[in-house]
Amino acid sequence: MHIPDGYLGPYTYIAMWIIMIPIWLYAGQRLSRELRTRQVPLLALAAAFSFVIMMFNMPIPGGSTGHAVGGAIIGIVLGPWAGVIAISVALILQALIFGDGGVTAIAANCFNMAVVMPFAAFYVYKIISGSSEITSNKRVAASAIAGYVSLTLAAGLTGFMFGIQPLLHTDEAGIPLYMPYGLNVALPAMLAEHVFFFSFVEAAVTALIFVYIQKTDPSLLMYDRPTSKRLAKGAAA
Amino acid sequence: MEKSIRNLVIGLLLLVVLVPLGLLATGETFGEWGNEEIEEKLGYVPQGLKELSTFWERAPLPDYAFEGDESSRGAVIAYILSAVIGVVLGGGVLYLLGRRIAKD
Repeated sequence: MHIPDGYLGPYTYIAMWIIMIPIWLYAGQRLSRELRTRQVPLLALAAAFSFVIMMFNMPIPGGSTGHAVGGAIIGIVLGPWAGVIAISVALILQALIFGDGGVTAIAANCFNMAVVMPFAAFYVYKIISGSSEITSNKRVAASAIAGYVSLTLAAGLTGFMFGIQPLLHTDEAGIPLYMPYGLNVALPAMLAEHVFFFSFVEAAVTALIFVYIQKTDPSLLMYDRPTSKRLAKGAAA
Repeated sequence: MEKSIRNLVIGLLLLVVLVPLGLLATGETFGEWGNEEIEEKLGYVPQGLKELSTFWERAPLPDYAFEGDESSRGAVIAYILSAVIGVVLGGGVLYLLGRRIAKD
C-alpha cells in the first residue's frame, strides 16, 4: 500500500501535502495538550510496532503480497491524533531510509495509512463498543471489525488515488503519464486483496493486541476518557 | 517500567527477530512495480512515472537490503537491521519528543 514515487502525478501528491501539513500540525498540538507521561512509552512503541509489522509481507493467491499496518490498534489505544503522529513517523522513515513508499508520496501514504486508518478504527470501535465494559468481549469484536474496516478503507483510497491518475495526466496521444491503470483496474485490485486477505490480518493483529492489553492492563484502554471525549467531539464538528 | 509495557516491548523484540519471515513473500505488490516490471506489463514506461521514480535515490538501505548483496544471509541480516533501525529511530524520536511534551 506504499505508493512509490512516480505513480501519483503532481496534482495528487501536491494536494495531499497541502492536506497533510495542517493535519500534522494539529495532531502535534493535540498531542502536546493531551499526552500523559504514562502514555509516552506506548506512543514510542506504536511507531516502532507499525514500522515492524509492515515488514511482514505475506503472499496471497495470485502472486501479490501485502501486509498489515497496525494502524487500527494504535488508533484505538492511543486515540486517532496520536495515531497520526506515530504511524506518520514510521512511514516517513520507510520512505527516506528504505525507499519504501515514495518521498513525493509521503503525504498521500500518510493520509491513507496514518490518518484514515486510526480515525476509521477509532470511530468504528467506539460506535460498536458503545457503553460496554472495557473488559467485555464486545470490545474485542469491535476492535477486530475496526481493524478490518480501517485497512479496507485505506486500501480503497489508495486504489482511488492510483485510479484517477490516467484521468488527470496524459500526454498529447492520451497515454498515461503516471499510474497507467484507471479506476476500473486499480480500485478492484486494491480492494479485493484487502477485503479477502490483508484486512483479516489487520483484524487479527488488532484483536490480539487488544485482548492482551484488556487482560493485562485495561487502564491503557481508557483513551476515551471524559476530557478527551469532549475534545474529540469538538474536533469532529 | 510497567509490566504491561515491558511485555509489549518483549513482543516487539520478538517481532524484530521474526521479521525475516516477511522475506518469504516474493510476489509483486499492486502499484509498487519497478520500471522493468511496468515495461513488461505495458510495453512502455509512462514518461512521468519514469522521471519521478528516481526522485529519491538517497535511501541508505533501499528495499531493506544491502545494495549488491544478493545472498539470502545478507538479505536476512539487512532485513533485521532495518527493523532495528526502524524501532530505534521511530521509537526513539517519539520517546524523546513525548517526554518533552507530556503532562502528568
